[in-house]
Amino acid sequence: MVARIVVGAHYGWKDWLAQRATAVVMALYTLLLLGIAVYRGGIDYASWTALFAHPAFRIATLLFGLAVFWHAWIGMRDIWMDYVKPASLRLTLEVLTVLVLVAYAAWLVEVLWGPAG
Amino acid sequence: MRPLLVRAVARSRDRALAILFLQTAIAGAPMSDSGLPGELRRAAPRPVYLNLFRIRQPIPAIVSILHRLSGAILFLIGIPLLLYAVQQSLASSDSYASLQATLGRPIVKLLLLGLVWAYLHHFCAGIRYLLLDMHIGTELKPARQSSFAVLIVSLVLTAIIGARLW
Repeated sequence: MVARIVVGAHYGWKDWLAQRATAVVMALYTLLLLGIAVYRGGIDYASWTALFAHPAFRIATLLFGLAVFWHAWIGMRDIWMDYVKPASLRLTLEVLTVLVLVAYAAWLVEVLWGPAG
Repeated sequence: MRPLLVRAVARSRDRALAILFLQTAIAGAPMSDSGLPGELRRAAPRPVYLNLFRIRQPIPAIVSILHRLSGAILFLIGIPLLLYAVQQSLASSDSYASLQATLGRPIVKLLLLGLVWAYLHHFCAGIRYLLLDMHIGTELKPARQSSFAVLIVSLVLTAIIGARLW
């Protein structure tokens, strides 16, 4: 007889942990941006564009963005799972959520490294 | 989502309760329930009363549902608006100035204030959940106090930022 554990499938704990890790990344970035604004005594066009001219700040912003999108995926999926009962509608909403988030990510890359940025 | 077995048990229990209720109502008197398991006998007289809007929610529950609501608002409105704003702010000094003008309009400021609240509430409630995960403040009283603090702190910070916006 195969010994099987019938409670606690343990799927989901990675998402739970990712939700926390991405939250910490976002909080740190928020404090970093706030700190820069306070340190420079406000932000105008010149200092704002100079900030984004820094490769390190662009990369930090990309990491923040990816943390936001990953975090939003887990959160929105939890909302759909809890409140949308018909499986077909739920699947449609989940796929739409993924598409929107990937589009957001592409948009962010364009803002950071595109011709206009 | 609950496992299938638990749901099936819950369903059959609901059905048994419904039948018990109907039998009692038809007979007009308490029926003999000696054949029922103890749990059902005890549960039988309690009304099933699950209208979410008529249950007085405890403060941690209110903070929790606002955490979800603010998260959904940030996903649907906050992220695209932030991306648009950053794009406009970096494109040229002209688009930076026109973005400033747009953000200066009262109706846009109001929308911004709502989004600022959503961010701050989500931020504060999120920190509370991180602390709870570390087993800090999990007793009933501190849990209620911290959820009250989350509500107040995020509203006060929103008011401060709102005062600076206007």
